[in-house]
Amino acid sequence: MVASLTTKTIVGLEIHVQLATRTKLFCGCALEFGATPNSRTCPVCLGLPGSLPVMNRAAFDASVRFALAMNCKIATYTKWDRKSYYYPDLPKNYQISQYDLPLGYEGYCDIDGDEGQSKRIRIRRAHLEEDAGKNLHDVPGCSLVDLNRTGTPLLEIVTEPDIDCAQDAFDFCTGLQKLAVYLGVSEASMQKGQMRFEPNINVEITRGGEVFRTPIAEVKNLNSFRAVRDAIEYESKRQVQDWLADEDYVFGKASNENRGWNADKQMTEYQRSKEAAHDYRYFPDPDLMPVTTTADWVDSVRKELPESPTVRCDRLVSAFGLSQGDADLIVADRGDAELFDAAVDGDKKLAKRMTSLMLGAAKKSANDRELTVSTVLPSATSWQQLVRMVEDGVVNASAGERLLLEAMENTAGEIDFEQMAKDRNLVQVQDVGQMSAWVEQVFTENDGAVQDALSNPKKAKAAPGFLTGKVMQVSGGKADPKVVRQLIAAKIKEMQTE
Amino acid sequence: MTTARDISKSVRDGNATAVDTAKSALNAIAEQDEELGAFVCVCEEHALAQAERIDAMAADERKKLSLAGVPIALKDNICTEFAPTTCASKILDTFKPPYSAHVTEKLVDAGAIIVGKTNLDEFAMGSSTENSAKCITRNPWDRDRVPGGSSGGSAVSVASGMTPIALGSDTGGSIRQPASLTGVVGLKPTYGRVSRYGLVAFGSSLDQIGPFARTVEDAALLLNVIAGADSRDSTCVSADVDDYVASLSEPITGKKIGIAREYFGEGLADGTRKQVEAALDKLRELGAETVEIKLPLTKYGIACYYLIATAEASSNLARYDGVHYGHRSQDAGDIVEMYSASREEGFGPEVKRRIMLGTYALSSGYYDAYYLRAMKVRTLLRRDLENAFAKVDVICSPVTPDTAFKIGEKSSDPLAMYLADVYTITANLAGIPAMSVPCGFDGAGLPVGLQLMGPAFSEAMLLNVAHQYQIYTNHHERVPS
Repeated sequence: MVASLTTKTIVGLEIHVQLATRTKLFCGCALEFGATPNSRTCPVCLGLPGSLPVMNRAAFDASVRFALAMNCKIATYTKWDRKSYYYPDLPKNYQISQYDLPLGYEGYCDIDGDEGQSKRIRIRRAHLEEDAGKNLHDVPGCSLVDLNRTGTPLLEIVTEPDIDCAQDAFDFCTGLQKLAVYLGVSEASMQKGQMRFEPNINVEITRGGEVFRTPIAEVKNLNSFRAVRDAIEYESKRQVQDWLADEDYVFGKASNENRGWNADKQMTEYQRSKEAAHDYRYFPDPDLMPVTTTADWVDSVRKELPESPTVRCDRLVSAFGLSQGDADLIVADRGDAELFDAAVDGDKKLAKRMTSLMLGAAKKSANDRELTVSTVLPSATSWQQLVRMVEDGVVNASAGERLLLEAMENTAGEIDFEQMAKDRNLVQVQDVGQMSAWVEQVFTENDGAVQDALSNPKKAKAAPGFLTGKVMQVSGGKADPKVVRQLIAAKIKEMQTE
Repeated sequence: MTTARDISKSVRDGNATAVDTAKSALNAIAEQDEELGAFVCVCEEHALAQAERIDAMAADERKKLSLAGVPIALKDNICTEFAPTTCASKILDTFKPPYSAHVTEKLVDAGAIIVGKTNLDEFAMGSSTENSAKCITRNPWDRDRVPGGSSGGSAVSVASGMTPIALGSDTGGSIRQPASLTGVVGLKPTYGRVSRYGLVAFGSSLDQIGPFARTVEDAALLLNVIAGADSRDSTCVSADVDDYVASLSEPITGKKIGIAREYFGEGLADGTRKQVEAALDKLRELGAETVEIKLPLTKYGIACYYLIATAEASSNLARYDGVHYGHRSQDAGDIVEMYSASREEGFGPEVKRRIMLGTYALSSGYYDAYYLRAMKVRTLLRRDLENAFAKVDVICSPVTPDTAFKIGEKSSDPLAMYLADVYTITANLAGIPAMSVPCGFDGAGLPVGLQLMGPAFSEAMLLNVAHQYQIYTNHHERVPS
């Protein structure tokens, strides 16, 4: 009889995020995707004899922001190290990186776990390094090298092996992408290869009280979230299969390995054993000065950080009673979220109104133009004015939407919605006498509906709504539907008792 | 022997044209260099164009040029966009940089005329200029002898009068030792005083560019032009630059000169000792006071230096692989073969030896024992000197244990060659300024140099002491026949 198996997947991630600086990490060359090969280069990033690197402070600062947003500690003293290996796309044959003193360490990010519980993924380290160029093999008979990407600042983030399933890895990676975009430290565009993932995976197998661990496989250079999830999924099965076939396939006996993801075959493929580990001969780069940070400076950077997307979401839900889905939609774009907060200014009622206006008509209008709401109509003051007008019944909801859409069509500046509502004759009539007159008129003209409301059990519920719509029509949209509804209900009641 | 100061003055005053001074240097090179082998490249076209540009300037513009029309030679590891920069290596034989070094720009701006690039030990690795893939450079005092190195070509250009001034680079003594062996002034500035941008790196934490001249005053004039901040070199210091010429005439009365027993021990040739001691007498005569000091860590310098310099070199020279520029082997199959064949063919034996030493020192499992230990010793050596400079202004010593040796004499014994760097490497490890000033001749009629070391950024003081010495001596006025 075979003892039953339980397995647990263990995953740690290495993630490279390209920072959105204007220039490269150690020279003044522009960072530009898709430029003519080798046109964005200079003696420094070409690694020409005699050239020297100079640190791009903006890249360092952006890295610190990112590291802080991942709750990392920031090194008070960090330095640059040379990592030596030969490759044609690495012109100096060493990469400038940070070896034993990363700028950020011991952080964490929380992701959503099962049943509303959050799961904490610890960050081991985050360090800054320069990217290599690209080898091109599409010309027959020779290989070409494009060094435009050489020297691009990359933040390498390494997690602890705290991830235990493919979906969590997927969620962690997408969360990190959102965070990067939110902080403005990276475009984090997957199409442009600005995020690359390398999961380290093995499986803990328990059989009848005995525990086995498979060797660690590092899947190299994944460039989509789906590939991360699928590769982990595949590896968690493959490793157990290999162990079942050969019980010596365990950590310590069999060697760790690098594998590649074949998306067509939906499987990982063996690349090389890690036994023959590279000796990178790290040593401090004598061309660059160490970087020191003070607690005051780190605090000031921390204070300037925007609220993280998850924290913001939680706050919108708890403070304003928004649904999780609505909060997610608002927070998805930092500009929209900031506009929301500025316009609502802590008022719960306004928040609800704002949510329906923003996620309804406004979002659709902006999406149609591939823009965000806050880029089309960025003025928080105007938004607040409009939301308040709807909330106070100065205009009704549909008139509010109409005004909003018109404003979004025409201008991105400050809008005087009050004036606009007056000009369009959309200000709601507050005169109850006038509204009663319209109700009378509608009752006279729609006797069928009135009879339904009074005595047709099938239609008694729908009829008042129909009548309200008619009153709104007659009023040219200016009647306050709330008041109209009340008047109609009272009228029907009155007729029933007669 | 015309000095840079005089040439510059007459060009500024309109008493000579830059074209004439350029031509006379080019003629001197044409006459002498076939035998001396100081130059690997003569930049006639560039030199004459620069000279014409200076002559065409408005007089008041020209008057601002501190090196107006002064011919100068550059060690061939300093980048020039108008001439190849080969480091006397086959691997960079055809390399013409698309940019100029910071110092090259400074010189051109100051009106200097770069007439050529000078020979060196390949990638500045050596003490005799024999490790050159280009040619043998001969000592003008005895043509069977080496000029020292690695900046042997620049030293010879000045010693033979082909140019009044030159630039070299000094990683472990590569300016001071050839200056001593050829009887000229050579100064290694404080680390960070002169930008390294465009100096092909050997040992990045040790390399400094510095001047050669016959007179201390010319060396000061040249240092004035090249010293100062450069945003392209993160290790270059932005501290104010002294006017090195202005302070030359101060008396040196009361200056405290430290003399360390460790620099006068075993292995120092009698002829050298005698001249250095006579120089110390002269300095005392001029009012300086000599004080015995101890530098007990000096003996660890060589080991420490040859670990750090080679470790850095092994990394700095990794880029020469035949992929992007420089020599590429023609008969290699795959990329790995191409790497190793290009490097095998492109580097000379001394460079390979140092790359191997440095690679070993940085290797996993050896790093702590070698590189890291050496860095710790380096800190101690620096502290040793700081303690000494708390008591004295200058430390004086010989530059080399002996005068120029015969060509080929030490080629088969690299260790002996390394050991001869004992007096010069401390200044590089500690990052302090040091210079060699001619102080006489040994029994064989070969020049001897006196080394002066000072605390960081004390170039003005060193130049002041050396200048006062030169005023009252005439060793620098003797020229090779």
